[in-house]
Amino acid sequence: MPEVTMVKALNQALRDSLTDDPRMLILGEDVGKLGGVFRVTDGLQGEFGTERVFDTPLAEAGIAGVSVGLCMAGWHPVGEMQFDGFSYPALDQIISHVAKFRNRTRGRVTMPMVIRIPYTGGYGGAEHHNDSPEAYYAHTSGLKVVTPSSAIDAYQLLRASIADPDPVVFFEPKSRYWSKESGTLSDDDALPIGTARTVRPGSDCTIFAYGAMVARSLQVAERAAADGLGEVEVVDLRSLVPLDLDALASSVQRTGRAVVVHEAPMTLGFGAEVVARLMEDAFDYLEAPVLRVTGYDIPYPPATIESNYVPSIERVLAAVRRVIEY
Amino acid sequence: MTTTPTSLDGERQGLLRVIPRDGEPEPDLSTLGLKEEGLRELYRLMALVRRADLEATALQRQGELAVYPPLVGQEAAQVGSAFAMERSDWLFPSYRELGAAVVRGVDLVEYLHFYRATWHGGTYDGPAHGFGYVTVPVASQILHAVGYAMGAKLDGHPVATLAYFGDGATSEGDFHEGCNFAAVFRAPVVFFCQNNQWAISVPLAAQTVAPIWRKAEAYGFPGVRVDGNDVLAVYVAVREAAARAREEGLPTLIEAVTYRIGAHSTADDASRYRPDEEVERWKALDPVDRYQNWLSASGHADDAFYEQVEAEAREFAAHLRAGVIGSEPRPVREMFEWVFAGDLPQHLARQRDEALRFGAPSEGARDA
Repeated sequence: MPEVTMVKALNQALRDSLTDDPRMLILGEDVGKLGGVFRVTDGLQGEFGTERVFDTPLAEAGIAGVSVGLCMAGWHPVGEMQFDGFSYPALDQIISHVAKFRNRTRGRVTMPMVIRIPYTGGYGGAEHHNDSPEAYYAHTSGLKVVTPSSAIDAYQLLRASIADPDPVVFFEPKSRYWSKESGTLSDDDALPIGTARTVRPGSDCTIFAYGAMVARSLQVAERAAADGLGEVEVVDLRSLVPLDLDALASSVQRTGRAVVVHEAPMTLGFGAEVVARLMEDAFDYLEAPVLRVTGYDIPYPPATIESNYVPSIERVLAAVRRVIEY
Repeated sequence: MTTTPTSLDGERQGLLRVIPRDGEPEPDLSTLGLKEEGLRELYRLMALVRRADLEATALQRQGELAVYPPLVGQEAAQVGSAFAMERSDWLFPSYRELGAAVVRGVDLVEYLHFYRATWHGGTYDGPAHGFGYVTVPVASQILHAVGYAMGAKLDGHPVATLAYFGDGATSEGDFHEGCNFAAVFRAPVVFFCQNNQWAISVPLAAQTVAPIWRKAEAYGFPGVRVDGNDVLAVYVAVREAAARAREEGLPTLIEAVTYRIGAHSTADDASRYRPDEEVERWKALDPVDRYQNWLSASGHADDAFYEQVEAEAREFAAHLRAGVIGSEPRPVREMFEWVFAGDLPQHLARQRDEALRFGAPSEGARDA
């Protein structure tokens, strides 16, 4: 099996979609000759030309706003926000227009665009380079919010996001960008957007996670097994909107216990949504309170102390222990 | 007719006017690009717009519209600009462009569904008319006009777009980003600012210091200042700008100097912040009267024509009134229908079922 990183997988997904869809465009800051600061668009301008892969002025609202007009003109723009912390100037266009156009126009004008946002810390980034803003977008009706946890799934999910008729905010976990995996990039057996994946089956507790925290949760599951604590199931949500409600309920119906892990701050983070859904759909099956292990409700800390902020194996394991021993 | 300032030294040349004042020579019609019928059509459209706008305000006062932003005083700016664009061009309105909608043949009942709170964006078919959707976040539609123009250019279509916005919008980042993107990508855009002197209660002097049209220089394209109450001047300026956009990929910023005779909207009380004398001064420059006076004086239209237009305007307004009053709220299920393509995701299907179960028939919503 060949080895591949998430950056390479995303790059190949963009390349394959540019080939399949002649209306697809890539725009953003430094996405052209440089290939993006993370090299996700590496080589694409050379292969597809400056009309289909182009740098924009340094203006995020502009990237999102002209993408609306490009959609109206029948194009399928894939815009890149260089970093999570720089995506906020685009929020007005995304919330007020990208998310609402289909509804506002009674389906006459649609927004088949993807907005890619590298997110998470855990890689030694400076201030404004480590945010996890997914809840803002998930809270906005009309957007799909997707985030892969592995290279293979990153390929499949990005391909599906580009093909989706609705706007997709695509969160790429930076701390997983360079991890090598074995596997082949292909659409075969791809799970659709809106479907969670059980990445590790277990019987004693479920960890719900997404993005970078899936790999962390798998480490926790290994430790729990090694420590004799129990068999931990890990469910990768993959898509926050739409959320796979059946997957949440059915896993907890079997395990009776759950922990939700994300890097974003706790209060009103996506974990709160997962917990609420479990209350609504699986209350009778729960043997213990559902716990959240998340970033703290503070500004993302400087890199030298960020390991105290990002959920660690120890913190997640402690929560798993609490619910299993409840 | 004054020389059209297409270069950056427009300030020297002042305000572009075409309709002559007393004692000034008649304009050379051959350079306007308008025939006799076109001259009369401009009047007809302004008369329809004036009447429809007054009717909409009346409908709001009678409780038939939730809110309405009157455009009285801006008829020349809107009709002249929309009429100057080719039918294949796109117009991107803000929220006060009922006049441009009339020129584009948008059904005003469907347009006013925005203000009757029937449906956000109204119920009209924007793409069929090359007319965007009522856009409330100030200046945000400017970027859509730029993006559409970029897309049309990529397709090789000879299409230009026109973005409507006001003086207040020039303070927003989206205005700046839109102008800059258009210049960098040589996108065929006409940035059409109706400087009506007031952004709700904030006067132009408190909004910006540099003259609006001169901001174009910073982006590297022409800026033009035009008498926005002179429909012929607006027409000429926009026609030239659109041609330049299509042929050279050069955007233009047009400042149409006009005045908002009415309040910001029917929810606003303009007497709290501006003196009546100022409003009276501008009423004396009424764009519809001014154009009619010239048409008559120069023999381009006679009384029979005005009577015919008056009859049509009455009918136009009556149709509008009947259509608005006769319309019902949309069925509850439509709240969920176009949030996403295809089948509803599970979480929304549950919420739709709840909404249908409880509904709100007591508040006037029809059964689904």
